[in-house]
Amino acid sequence: MVSTALAPPPGLRRKRNRERLRTLGFLSPWLAGFCVFFGYPLIATVYFSFMHYNQIQEPDFVGLRNWTYVLTQMPLLGPALGNTLWLVVVMVSLRVVFGLGIGMLVTRIRTGAGFFRTAFYLPYLAPPVAATVAFVFLLNPGTGPVDEILGAVGLPAPSWFNDPGWAKPSLVLLSLWGIGDLMVIFMAALLDVPKEQYEAAELDGAGAWGKFRYVTWPSITPVVLFAVVTGVVQTMQYYTQALVAGKLASGVSVGPGTVIQPGYPDHSTLTVPQLVYSLGFQNFNTGAACALSLVLFALAMAVTTLLMRRRAGLLPAED
Amino acid sequence: MRRSRTLHWIAVHAVAVAAALFFVLPFLFVFLTSVMGDEQAMSGELWPTAWHWSNYATVFRTPGFLDWWRNSLLYAGLGTLFTVCSAVPVAYALARFRFRGRRTAMILVVSTMMLPPQVIVIPMYLVWAQQLHLSGTLWPLIIPMAFGDAYSVFLLRQFLLTIPREYTESARVDGCGELRTLLRIIVPMARPGIAAVALFQFFFCWNDYFGPQIYAAQNPASWTLSYGLESFKSAHNVNWNLTMAATLLVMAPVIVVFFFAQKAFVEGVTLTGVKG
Repeated sequence: MVSTALAPPPGLRRKRNRERLRTLGFLSPWLAGFCVFFGYPLIATVYFSFMHYNQIQEPDFVGLRNWTYVLTQMPLLGPALGNTLWLVVVMVSLRVVFGLGIGMLVTRIRTGAGFFRTAFYLPYLAPPVAATVAFVFLLNPGTGPVDEILGAVGLPAPSWFNDPGWAKPSLVLLSLWGIGDLMVIFMAALLDVPKEQYEAAELDGAGAWGKFRYVTWPSITPVVLFAVVTGVVQTMQYYTQALVAGKLASGVSVGPGTVIQPGYPDHSTLTVPQLVYSLGFQNFNTGAACALSLVLFALAMAVTTLLMRRRAGLLPAED
Repeated sequence: MRRSRTLHWIAVHAVAVAAALFFVLPFLFVFLTSVMGDEQAMSGELWPTAWHWSNYATVFRTPGFLDWWRNSLLYAGLGTLFTVCSAVPVAYALARFRFRGRRTAMILVVSTMMLPPQVIVIPMYLVWAQQLHLSGTLWPLIIPMAFGDAYSVFLLRQFLLTIPREYTESARVDGCGELRTLLRIIVPMARPGIAAVALFQFFFCWNDYFGPQIYAAQNPASWTLSYGLESFKSAHNVNWNLTMAATLLVMAPVIVVFFFAQKAFVEGVTLTGVKG
């Protein structure tokens, strides 16, 4: 018995080794993918960030030159970071508030609940490019349906995607249209709140606000936190809608071979991921693009670490 | 009491109708414009004077449009198949096996999930383009999906955790190997979870714009619907009617799939959030 405590008998060791092999076998697709499609490119990105490389000539070591260029000289870094931050703050908070509102509305609808739920949910499914094309049309300055209606009722009709001040709010509007994911999450959370607690609060004389503040809110905070965190992560990757809206609204013909710098109008829709694309695939400045993508990586990791620390429902405690 | 309840009903449903207008009117305007004549589509009028259903035929006759369909189906179909096949065993191991480094593995899965795709795209592109000569095709997007997509692994693991351990234990007692337990016991029980993951992945591929922009842009024969749609407007000289018809045709498959698989879909959405 003493010997088992010191060294497991050969049979047990063999079993353990077999288990280890089995685990490795099951994990192997992901392990291989992780090394090839994540580990390698990450290391290569660091390598290229110290190189001058235009994808034709051999890479050439330039020390910190890409880094100083990206961080101190590149004129577009400010607007890109500013827009990404603006979107993270405004888009995420409005989406959470609106999603919660629609979720609460849906749980109160008695007649035609199925119809309303489907109607509220469907836009979320519209492919982002299609939804963006549709919104560029709807918000077309002057002749788009929205401006037609605003004009008919005597309201000022903004230029939406063509006005640097309105372009980001237009993107927010597009993101609110696709609120379906948050609606479902909030709806499920709201239905999970125990009914008796509302009745108890009512007996205590709580009004609508009191019931929300002291019954609903405490029980849905984890879901709100989850919505905020995933919203922030998604918004840091915000790319397709901003790029497509800018390209289409600019009216420049899009097609193979045409190079359109993203961010129209006036860099107001330029986000960090678009800037990485533009540097790497339009200007062929691989080194600077890699340095900037590492900045993006650091930002994303910071948010993710914060999220893991808070355990916003994403990574369950060890079970 | 009854009166205040009636008032409450009216208030709730008035707000619901207003909200429904916000969500439904965009679809309606897009549809109405898609059947307008060329002239009227530029006028800003809301109701078509004549219904030009032939616009849809014109869209289908646009050079390349059918190729985009085929490419989207290829990307989404193969991508989904590869993802499900590779994610199931990984998710099973992460949900069931006890081994050192399990928590680290989970953290790595979640981290890759959070990573903006732009961060690692440049070296990956160089490998696919310069070493493997596959730029201009969709293979650089499809092949990696055979290696356990992080998001799908995460979702499936969450689902597998809800299956009671007793089922696997009793299978083991009956002398079932792990692989057979997985295929015979777990996979049938996890069907709703697998369906949700498959749907999400299908939609992800169908909607993907960044991937095709990096790898397929150089070669219009490899464009997908999501990528090609953007070029549609310029190809048709700012004809909003045809562009809107094409837009609806890109949305249609996703919405049709949704109506057939509504339950699995809602299950998946809640899986991402509340049950975590």
